[in-house]
Amino acid sequence: MSLLLILLLPFVGSLCAAFLPANARNAEAWLAGIVALAAAALVANLYPQIVAEGVIRMSIPWAPGLGLDFSLRMDGYAWLFAMLITVIGALVVVYARYYMSPDDPVPRFFAFFLAFMGAMLGVVLSGNLLQIAMFWELTSLASFMLIAYWHHRVDARRGARMALIVTGTGGLALLGGMLLLGHMAGSYDLDAVLAAADTIQSHPWYPVTLILIVLGALTKSAQFPFHFWLPHAMAAPTPVSAYLHSATMVKAGVFLLARFWPVLAGTDLWFWLVGGAGLCSLLIGAYLALFQQDMKGVLAYSTISHLGLITLLLGMNSPLALVAAVFHIANHATFKASLFMAAGIVDHETGTRNMQRLSGLYRAMPITATLAIVAAAAMAGVPLLNGFLSKEMFFAETIFLDRPDWQHISLPLVATLASMFSVAYSLRFIHQVFFGPPTDDLPRAPHEPTRWMLLPSALLVLACVLVGMFPGITVGPYLRTATDSILGSDAPSYSLAVWHGLNLPLLMSATALIGGVVLYRAFLWRAGTEVPLLERIDGKRIFDWSQTRLMSGAEQAMRWLFSPRLQMQLLVLFLVALGGALLPMLNTGSSWGTRETMPLHPAFALLWIVGGTCALAAAWQAKHHRFAALILAGGAGLATSLTFVWFSAPDLALTQLTVEVVTAVLILLGLRWLPPREARFAQGRPETARVRLRRLRDMSIAVAGGVGLAALAYAILTRPDIDGISPFFIEQSLPRGGGLNVVNVILVDFRGFDTLGEITVLAVVALTVFALLRRFRPAPESIPLPRQQREQNAADGIEETRVPDPDAKLPGGYMMLPAVLVRLLLPLAMLVSLFFLLRGHNAPGGGFVGGLVLATAIILQYLVGGIVWVESRLRIHPMVWIALGLLSAATAGASAWLHGHPFLTSLAWHGELPLLGELHLSSVLLFDLGVYMLVVGATVLMLVVIAHQSLRRHHRKLSLGGNA
Amino acid sequence: MEIVFAIAIGVMAGSGIWLVLRPRTFQVIIGLSLLAYAVNLFIFGMGRLRVGAVPVIDPLTGSNPDLYTDPVPQALVLTAIVISFATTALFLVVLLASRGLNGTDHVDGQETDRE
Repeated sequence: MSLLLILLLPFVGSLCAAFLPANARNAEAWLAGIVALAAAALVANLYPQIVAEGVIRMSIPWAPGLGLDFSLRMDGYAWLFAMLITVIGALVVVYARYYMSPDDPVPRFFAFFLAFMGAMLGVVLSGNLLQIAMFWELTSLASFMLIAYWHHRVDARRGARMALIVTGTGGLALLGGMLLLGHMAGSYDLDAVLAAADTIQSHPWYPVTLILIVLGALTKSAQFPFHFWLPHAMAAPTPVSAYLHSATMVKAGVFLLARFWPVLAGTDLWFWLVGGAGLCSLLIGAYLALFQQDMKGVLAYSTISHLGLITLLLGMNSPLALVAAVFHIANHATFKASLFMAAGIVDHETGTRNMQRLSGLYRAMPITATLAIVAAAAMAGVPLLNGFLSKEMFFAETIFLDRPDWQHISLPLVATLASMFSVAYSLRFIHQVFFGPPTDDLPRAPHEPTRWMLLPSALLVLACVLVGMFPGITVGPYLRTATDSILGSDAPSYSLAVWHGLNLPLLMSATALIGGVVLYRAFLWRAGTEVPLLERIDGKRIFDWSQTRLMSGAEQAMRWLFSPRLQMQLLVLFLVALGGALLPMLNTGSSWGTRETMPLHPAFALLWIVGGTCALAAAWQAKHHRFAALILAGGAGLATSLTFVWFSAPDLALTQLTVEVVTAVLILLGLRWLPPREARFAQGRPETARVRLRRLRDMSIAVAGGVGLAALAYAILTRPDIDGISPFFIEQSLPRGGGLNVVNVILVDFRGFDTLGEITVLAVVALTVFALLRRFRPAPESIPLPRQQREQNAADGIEETRVPDPDAKLPGGYMMLPAVLVRLLLPLAMLVSLFFLLRGHNAPGGGFVGGLVLATAIILQYLVGGIVWVESRLRIHPMVWIALGLLSAATAGASAWLHGHPFLTSLAWHGELPLLGELHLSSVLLFDLGVYMLVVGATVLMLVVIAHQSLRRHHRKLSLGGNA
Repeated sequence: MEIVFAIAIGVMAGSGIWLVLRPRTFQVIIGLSLLAYAVNLFIFGMGRLRVGAVPVIDPLTGSNPDLYTDPVPQALVLTAIVISFATTALFLVVLLASRGLNGTDHVDGQETDRE
């Protein structure tokens, strides 16, 4: 349980931090500090249990059916990392409190800082591969936010983006690797994977998996050739650099390599991939660090180099090298974090980090200088400091490397050379900044910072010294617990001591120290900014180049594969559909079926002669005669509706008929806002050959589609019916659904959830229509009254600017007669609609049809009586109807819960009531009532908002929700 | 009967496809309606055609599936009719808004020199 607490604490703290006021620096620091310390205390408290039990586990079932649990797991290695994360986190919080300026928005800083801490703890404590990958991505995101903290600076934004792209790409590779790894091991559980080393290494996917995981690790740990993002990430505030980009996040890569060391290491591929990248980073990082002018730049390249050393150790395939690697992870975190803090202090107090400008600061800030000197000495590997110990182990490992000759000889030489560079840049870092003549040419006069800012750095330096002098009693037991938990029974015996006697590693250390001093004295005393030899190899340039290529390549591909023209897109869509239907026919052949067909009824043939003609005529006329096309399409719809009647589908016929009416009214209302086309037609532009060709193409596609669909339909209709699920619905309609109309029972009962979704879509569409038309601006030429209305008004002697009179008993002019009829129709239509609703369960009808009938009756009032007249009398609130409808349907569904049944199970009640007599009530009726109300609301809303557009002429503001 | 039914589907689908490929929004909306009729009839036809076998249970003859036509395609098509009504309404409004904003009823929101 405390594992979960450790993980949750930082995230909860992050949320709290985000909501504190912008200037609450102290509150933020207290909050973050307490969170970090509490987490550290909780972690430390678990140590005895880990020594006793080995591994602490905790898991919460999440998707047990898929074998996915949220699981946390802490062993000695994870414990060591969790300690580093929380303790250094706490120190950096103290430091950041004094580093951040009062003008900086600190809530954002501490919120992301704590979120990062949580994510990093998640990476080390997760017991599931996918979970590791998720937290891994979270650390990348937190790092992005923190690098871009000063987002007004271009370099911060660029650096953040580059870091995110590089580590994010690596994260993607890692996810792939994790998936493969889990697949090979048969489980995503970390314990199961760690136990499956043999299975995994003998699997044919092992190389791919290894490459993907190593890609993830190398990008995260800024290893060659992906190292270039780290120096650019130095645009972040220094506490971030100290915490994320030296002590913790960049360690995630090597953490992962060591975590999976027992499973993945031991092969030649591992040696070359991991060891090779490590060696290159070690050497190149150290070399480039020599020539940096920015204090943080030196530290960034030195971090790359030291991480390279760790990676190289991991790549050596030797358990002792692994021990050295883990040891160096801890050592590097301490001395590098404190060096970053020193660099930040110098920057904070003098206003610059440029080593060419800085000089002789020792006099002004002796404590800072002393701390930096000790930490830099640890970095250089000076005896009696912690860096020396792990470096000695590294040298020893390079000597005893179990590889063929030339590798055996060259590795110690390269190691010594890199170490020499390391001594030289450490020396330069200290000498140029703190020694030499004092300078006045600084933005601020340097002085010692507040003691609280020095404290974190001092504590870390103290740790360097203590570990360096008494390794056996300080870090020894924890290191052993950590390495034992990785290596298990293979753990080698080793001794942590300052003095191992006069041996080859000591000789190498001495050579490196002396060589480094000589190198600095001889060549780098006042070196320029140019990097000899490696000037041309610039990761950033390659990165930028690949980005540009990617973008232009994408644009090229868009040009080839994409057309912004709707016609082209639809054309492709139809062609693909045609091809998709044609392909199986070509493969397996096609034939008509053998089922006996019905004899042709002449009336049916006549019906479709009319219907088909209507469809063709609509297609022909839709361009220039919209009204005619609309009526013709309605004719085709009518024929469809009659066909439904003919072939035993009365429900469909009713719905089709009512929908037909409503659709026609809807489009009629919209027609007047479309541009006139007759004028253009009259001009009679000559048809070019191109136009004719395109029409021919479209015509052939249309004919092919029509013929294909007809053939397909006929081929199916002449085949015998298959035994589907239909008999079930027919047999169970009465006993289980309690209704005789099977179609209605399917809709409101068996497949009620579908219907619920469908009416929700209808509601959403109605609201969208409403929202879209609120800001509707009609084209100027369609604002005046249509020609027909003007002519009619002129004939009736009504002036055009007349505002409709809401108090008139009947509308004047040509609408008087229809108005009388339509008003008489309204109660009748209401009756019919209720009739359809109530009988729907046992006879054709139902909520849809009923609702549409009522909506039609209401819109007729609008059409004939005019909006103003109707709305001054009839109060319909379509939104309320929609809401009540949804609510009613959902209530009907949820009422099943009261009886312990699943959602939308139908409930029926049958009994006697006084006065009313025998009564049958069912939740299905409530559901259908919901459908009814929603259909009424949605349809009326859509029609009314379109109708309301014509009111714009009067410049009236009628708020629909309350007044419609 | 089946052949007429199939030809009806074909004629409406062909007209619909032709219209949907046209450049004017009104043509597309009518085309979608015609295409919807055709597709609804097609789905309906999957249950095979029967006359006088309305899927409303007659309590006297009982629930023998052989007596009734297939209700499942009917339920599907009923849903489809309502949804195609909703899409038509939505498309109509988008069409109007596009016309108001762009001053043209071309489907791409701007006149091209073609057709």
